[in-house]
Amino acid sequence: MTATSAPEAPLRQRSRSRLRRIESRQALGFISPALVGLTVFTIAPVFLSIVMSLYDWPAWGTRSFVGLGNYVDLFTSHPDFWPALRNSAIFTLGFVPLNLAVSLSLALLLAPRIKGRAAFRVLFFIPVVTPMVANVLVWKMLLQPNGLFNGISTSWFGIELPSFLNHPQWAMVMVIVMSVWQGMGYNMLIFCAALEQLPEPVLEAARIDGAKGWRMFTKITLPLLSPAIFFTTVMTMITSMQVFAQPQLLTGGGPGNATLPIVMFIYDQAFTFQKMGLAAAAAWILFAIIIGLTALQFSAQKRWVHYEV
Amino acid sequence: MRSETIADAVPHPGEAAAPTRGTSAGAPARAKGRATPGLVFAYVCVVVAALLFAVPLVYALLSALKPNDQIFAVPPTLTGDEVRWGNFADVFRFGPFWTYIGNSFFVAIAGTLVVNIVSTTAGYAFGRLRWRGRDVVFVLFLVTLMVPQEVLVVPVFQLMQWFGWVNTPQALILPFAFTAFGTFLMRQFFRGIPYELEEAARVDGAGPLRTFGMIILPLARSAVAVLTVFTFISFWNSYLWPLIVVNDYGYLGTLPIGLATFSGQFGTRWDLQMAASVISMVPTAILVIVLQKHLVKGIATAGIAGR
Repeated sequence: MTATSAPEAPLRQRSRSRLRRIESRQALGFISPALVGLTVFTIAPVFLSIVMSLYDWPAWGTRSFVGLGNYVDLFTSHPDFWPALRNSAIFTLGFVPLNLAVSLSLALLLAPRIKGRAAFRVLFFIPVVTPMVANVLVWKMLLQPNGLFNGISTSWFGIELPSFLNHPQWAMVMVIVMSVWQGMGYNMLIFCAALEQLPEPVLEAARIDGAKGWRMFTKITLPLLSPAIFFTTVMTMITSMQVFAQPQLLTGGGPGNATLPIVMFIYDQAFTFQKMGLAAAAAWILFAIIIGLTALQFSAQKRWVHYEV
Repeated sequence: MRSETIADAVPHPGEAAAPTRGTSAGAPARAKGRATPGLVFAYVCVVVAALLFAVPLVYALLSALKPNDQIFAVPPTLTGDEVRWGNFADVFRFGPFWTYIGNSFFVAIAGTLVVNIVSTTAGYAFGRLRWRGRDVVFVLFLVTLMVPQEVLVVPVFQLMQWFGWVNTPQALILPFAFTAFGTFLMRQFFRGIPYELEEAARVDGAGPLRTFGMIILPLARSAVAVLTVFTFISFWNSYLWPLIVVNDYGYLGTLPIGLATFSGQFGTRWDLQMAASVISMVPTAILVIVLQKHLVKGIATAGIAGR
């Protein structure tokens, strides 16, 4: 590769385009693993999935073209589809605000020079990186009728707590609470980083003007943080529409289908009932909803997100 | 989203050990070192939150050390009659737990290796080389980031069937190793490296592979470190995909799968289940504790990058 002959003045143009070609070839070499992988494992499956959603497509056996039949089925005749969408929506509505409130509060509390703040951060972050299954198993134990919560409540206060995981409403509440415990450390770190990057001149100016306490927080800190809040809201909403492991392991979607989210519906249809076409259609509906909600948030951001400069 | 910040915020080698920059928000400079009411309030809140937060973790550890019949004792006890360290050993006797751990390590390490190779080479092509169609292909990469896993699992499982890859290690590793996220992260980092360095190497006669391997990659060490940790953790904790593509758990089950089946098979052995859970939490917890400085920056930047 080293032997590119010294370019001569009249030939400069040609030699440059030759260098260009060499560089293009090198680039092709560097890019091809990623390009091939992405084509095989992402781009092709996307198209395959569209095709599958138009077929009655069992995991094994003959397929038949049904057009939009799967989509129509889902909306009109599938007993679990609407409840699954509703459950994902309830989860999102409960999880996103709670997650943001807790993570932002903790980040703000950790922002002053609290000693050992690195240790606190690590503690709050650990459930994010430990296997979800392990986290859920621990919570499953806590929430047993004879688990820690009810044990403390009955023996210390004489109050019998409801059977959390067997009660339609409490089960969802507990899926949300467990998920906040599990996932809020991630947003907390983002807020911590954002707080460290607040522009000092603006804060100083506000202080000189006499802002402090609650006023400082609502009028200065919060607007300055709004890009980070916007970002975390969008991302958290996307991931919470995709919730799967927590309800699957904590409640199995039950009682009944009270905590069955849409991704678990997709999983069940594809891999338990072998209706891969129906599952593909449901996945596209979910994707469309996520895109729609995200677009909505982006169009609403003008109202409350303040970007500097 | 502010793409330039990524190269800035990913820690550069050398400054990794430097203390966190910037003054903390909210605390006026003059209050330095003095215990203001606000600071006391913050301390109280943080400590209370931390205690509440730690309950499940502590409860898991304590339960892992109790005899099984004392876990649900009423009233709840802190420890059982005896501290049973033996539970941790029993875990390995009850299921193919070594297999789960071995598989998890293998999948996570191999997956991280693939992700790193693919992301750094592609990032180099996007960030450092000029070629026709580069921007179009890059946009294509970014678009794939938006495709959710649920849309992919069904057709990718179909592909695995066609390839005959169901229940194989490569099916656990390859399908989700070509994410555009790593490429994006590395591209951003590579763009921040001065071109003179590379030109000097080229003038000295180094080919593209050598320039990449000896000049560019060493400079990107910290970005590679961040990518490595995130990828390792996501492979280590992955649950949905292994659940789908593996059917012989005794052969190819990873730790999350193993834990979940533990629950079915030995539903009453809560002590062993907790011991197993605690064991599975250790590697990533250590990773986070050791690398916490990098991670704070990494999460911030990776987060802003759209993960």
